[in-house]
Amino acid sequence: MLETKEIHFYYGAFHALKNISMTMDDHTVTAFIGPSGCGKSTFLRLFNRMNDLIPDTHLTGQCLIEGQDIYQKTVDVTTLRKKVGMVFQKPNPFPKSIFENVAYGLRVDGIKDKNFIRQRVEESLKGAALWEEVKDQLKKPAFELSGGQQQRLCIARALAIEPSVILMDEPASALDPISTSKIEDLIHSLKEKYTIVIVTHNMQQAARVSNKTGFFMLGELIEFNDTKKIFLSPEKEATQNYITGRFG
Amino acid sequence: MAIMQKKTEQKIAFTFFRSLSLVVVAILFWILGFIIYNGAGVIDWEFLTTAPSDGMTGGGIFPAIAGTLYLILGSSMVAFPLGILSAVYTSEYAGNGYIIRFIRIMTNNLSGIPSIIFGLFGMALFVNTLEFGDSIIAGSFTLGLLTLPLVIRTTEEALRAIPDTFRIGSLALGATQLQTIRRITMPMAFPNIITGLILSIGRVSGETAPILFTVAAYFLPKLPQSIFDQVMALPYHLYVIATSGTDLEATRPIAYGTALVLIIIVLLMNLLASFLRKKFRKL
Ligand SMILES: Nc1ncnc2c1ncn2[C@@H]1O[C@H](COP(=O)(O)OP(=O)(O)OP(=O)(O)O)[C@@H](O)[C@H]1O
Ligand SMILES: [Mg+2]
Repeated sequence: MLETKEIHFYYGAFHALKNISMTMDDHTVTAFIGPSGCGKSTFLRLFNRMNDLIPDTHLTGQCLIEGQDIYQKTVDVTTLRKKVGMVFQKPNPFPKSIFENVAYGLRVDGIKDKNFIRQRVEESLKGAALWEEVKDQLKKPAFELSGGQQQRLCIARALAIEPSVILMDEPASALDPISTSKIEDLIHSLKEKYTIVIVTHNMQQAARVSNKTGFFMLGELIEFNDTKKIFLSPEKEATQNYITGRFG
Repeated sequence: MAIMQKKTEQKIAFTFFRSLSLVVVAILFWILGFIIYNGAGVIDWEFLTTAPSDGMTGGGIFPAIAGTLYLILGSSMVAFPLGILSAVYTSEYAGNGYIIRFIRIMTNNLSGIPSIIFGLFGMALFVNTLEFGDSIIAGSFTLGLLTLPLVIRTTEEALRAIPDTFRIGSLALGATQLQTIRRITMPMAFPNIITGLILSIGRVSGETAPILFTVAAYFLPKLPQSIFDQVMALPYHLYVIATSGTDLEATRPIAYGTALVLIIIVLLMNLLASFLRKKFRKL
């Protein structure tokens, strides 16, 4: 379970997230929608502490994963990031082979057992619905894959270290419709094993893939509810305006 | 009308620029041609493999070639690890605080210091204080220090050219910063780093001032036995036979031959650099 309590986040003096409290259950897909610059990515990055990399930022409130505050001093960030995987907007495979991309997380984890690695790579590629397309060319440079394949490779790479949560920041916005629907199917199947949080600008996508949807505006969480409820009968006028395209 | 005028203006301007750059190229070729014309005749197997003789009016320049190669190797061993590591630190770890900006400014200033100052400093520190004497090790450290700013700059630039998305992707998989540098950033930057390194070493291999008081021998037909021995070196040898030989007219061709060998060594290093870059790019 992911939980935030009264989160405030600042870039320097800029108040980017304002008093956000929400919970996300295990094995669900939660979508964040909202106009550009409203803080969706910033909020998403809280859960694997990628915001730590940005200088001069400041956080108050609590961010809990399975009841543990991940911002406590005792938490090891690399361990956290192995539990909370992330997929980015633009596919960013490493300049290595397909195999080595997926094995990367295992190798930095100090795993040497070749059979184990080979097996895990295969499982992960299967999990990311890419295995059939690449099984005969695992040594090929990842850059030679199509954009959609690269994105699924990045998902496989995240799966390989067996996270429990996967964060996706507009994972399909740089892809064509067919690749997009592949990613969406994939999200459906991943839900069985993982807790998924996805940021998207595509309303239909949010409606299709998620159980719950949160609508953000100007750093605030305006409304958070079952996806059906948000899209069929939102409580707030701002939400209504946004999803009907009258705003943002 | 106005447009036509602009066009003519442009044409004149570009013609002017083009002729200027042709002049530059012409000057370069002139220098090169002059050296080749005067020096090619004396270069033969004997010239490359024997020591000077007859009060430096005869014989070859083998000890100087060997000495220069030793110094290239030695100064690389000093400048590369030091320069690469500090560049990794300043560009990957250190952020942008006061200290780091101070270090940047200082390394930039370092590259503006005349090489003779490095020579004096090297003599004071390595030759005298550390009591290395006039030696390969003292010369290598001095040349290495001279190269350091260049090595740091090229490494920093190569690292900066790597987009952050790769670092972020690696860190997001639970890699530490050190692992990210070792497995992602460094291998990606490597082709550019290696070329930069070779080019910078090529640059210093022609320097005379830093080796003048730290290693270079006037005449030493024997090869060095250890890193605490002196050696002859091409640039200094060139200086010696061009200015203070026993019979300047007789040594003139030898001087041009020496210059040509020095140029060829530098050219070969540049070729090696671009070859390596192409090779690593392919991987
Ligand atoms: N590194 C940063 N430094 C300073 N301000 C930032 C930084 N990153 C984001 N911001 C600001 O914080 C606010 C929220 O940004 P964020 O990227 O979280 O928005 P977003 O909802 O993901 O937008 P988009 O839909 O365009 O991706 C924006 O106003 C942005 O300008
Ligand atoms: Mg965003």
